[in-house]
Amino acid sequence: MTPDLLVVIAQEASTPSKFAQMVVDGVNLGGIYALLAVGFVIIFRATQVLNFAHGALAALGAFLVASFATVLDIPGRWIPNAPAWVSWTGAVFLALIAAALIGMALERVFLRPMVGEELFAVAIVTLGMDIVVRNITNDWIGPQPRPLGDPFGISVFDLGWVRIPYTVVTQTVVALLAVALIAYFFRSRMGVAMRATAFDQEAARAQGISVGRVFSTSWAIGAVLAALAGIFISLFPRRSTGVDPTTAFFAFRAFPAIIIGGLDSVVGALVGGLIVGFAEAGASSYLVGENWEFLGTGFAGIVPYLLMMVVLIIRPYGLFGTEEIRRV
Amino acid sequence: MPGGKRPKSGGIKLSGKLLRRNSERWGPENYDHLLEVKDIHLSFKGVKAIDDVSFHVDDGELFAIIGPNGAGKTSLFNSINQVYHPQEGDILWKGESLMGLKPNVTAERGLARTFQNIALYPHMTVLENILTGRHVRMDSGWLAGSIWWGKAKREEMANREVVEGIIDFLEIEQWRKYPVGLLPYGVQKRVELGRALAMDPELLMLDEPVAGMNLEETEDMARFILDVQDELDIAIILVEHDMGLVMDIADRVLVVDFGKPIAVGPPAEVQANPNVIKAYLGEEVEAG
Repeated sequence: MTPDLLVVIAQEASTPSKFAQMVVDGVNLGGIYALLAVGFVIIFRATQVLNFAHGALAALGAFLVASFATVLDIPGRWIPNAPAWVSWTGAVFLALIAAALIGMALERVFLRPMVGEELFAVAIVTLGMDIVVRNITNDWIGPQPRPLGDPFGISVFDLGWVRIPYTVVTQTVVALLAVALIAYFFRSRMGVAMRATAFDQEAARAQGISVGRVFSTSWAIGAVLAALAGIFISLFPRRSTGVDPTTAFFAFRAFPAIIIGGLDSVVGALVGGLIVGFAEAGASSYLVGENWEFLGTGFAGIVPYLLMMVVLIIRPYGLFGTEEIRRV
Repeated sequence: MPGGKRPKSGGIKLSGKLLRRNSERWGPENYDHLLEVKDIHLSFKGVKAIDDVSFHVDDGELFAIIGPNGAGKTSLFNSINQVYHPQEGDILWKGESLMGLKPNVTAERGLARTFQNIALYPHMTVLENILTGRHVRMDSGWLAGSIWWGKAKREEMANREVVEGIIDFLEIEQWRKYPVGLLPYGVQKRVELGRALAMDPELLMLDEPVAGMNLEETEDMARFILDVQDELDIAIILVEHDMGLVMDIADRVLVVDFGKPIAVGPPAEVQANPNVIKAYLGEEVEAG
């Protein structure tokens, strides 16, 4: 690092609001990317399937919340006197359950018959699933964005020099809890079964592991995590207008996080998510203005991919991914 | 020796009692034979892999299946644990048919196996590999398992103790934390035996446990197999090319050739059978 750069960093850090705001934004974005990445990783780890329908599942999850909370009024209609946050949380839980069931159904109908086929062919099936799920969801959403009807709104609180939206606090806590739970999950009986199935299905069966149940479970968990991320994407401060037909594409921005962390590592997904989140937040706060005009607008959106390329050159299996073990 | 670390919880002695902890035996108390294979036929698109094979295995018996390459030995294993489904015949486990079940269900009922080409999980450690064998003996849900709470925690602790006992039994302590993909071939074979043992099986099916091993490794493995039979009281079916090993340790031997049974009986008797000599050594030697 050149002294000039250090001076710049020191100057920027001395204007605390900007830097602190960037940290808040980075944590928020990073949490969402980590959720998306972990959901993707859990499906890949158990079934060796690259799930290109992940973004569609995220948008579907957000749409389900919008529809439960604002249109159908479920479960609000059965508990008329409950405070808004109770019925909204209820709607979120129901949407997550629905997402789990949809994930399991997709796996059972479209992917179970593909067991034993080439990974490339299976990935193409998930691309098809993406198109189907995305189009059906977008048709339901309609031309206007649908707000999720959350009780947080755009309310914020001031913490010294930084202004934090309540949504960000909730999202960060939920995302970290979810990722921690998944990391521990892999050490449980079902988690070990999942890893075993990924390596060798025939051997896993001979151990008494029901491969079908492993597949269902991983898709249920993957779909729930995708839905959770989709909900967070559709709230303030990301997209306070709600879920719209472009929400599904947001999930593709988590791909660099997955590649950076390593396709098969939960810790990697978390770290990768945070790296990408911070890089993007940092670029959008600092790589703007006169000095950076040559980068054009929207450069922050490219930064994750640049990082991904660097990681691919240095460690093609990702920072935390498993290097193939070979004995010579 | 990599690392050369002393295991933390070494010295746990494996016994039938430890292995059987938390286990429930499947099926009736009384039966004719532990496993009875009756006239099974298996063909793949017209190619006969198994042609009218029958045999039975009793409790605590070490039964060997030998035959030239392609004789259908591994197909027999795959039929017994229902990876393949024979078109004709019946396979009785404690008097009840296994036909049409899924392999993971036969595993739950007490059949464990190893594979001819090692089928371990290469990135997982020795300990984790063997722990997957305990899957059938654990029943806590995924949520309880994730937060490592109450019953799930106690269950895992108890099962880890069994795993440590198995590691001690097979003398692989120094490798317990190593990814198995990095271990020598002979040790991997032992880990695979350990993983099958962890299932607390009543019948252990070993598919060429000493293939590709040198003399010393073969002798070690033979010792472990005999210990499993004697100390842990587990019935074993052994598929093997190594005639010397089979004749030394098996109680009874079945010889198959081109999917057909040629002879069955005690080793000495089978060895003297002219059909067996013909299948193995050809006409010339018989004449000589």
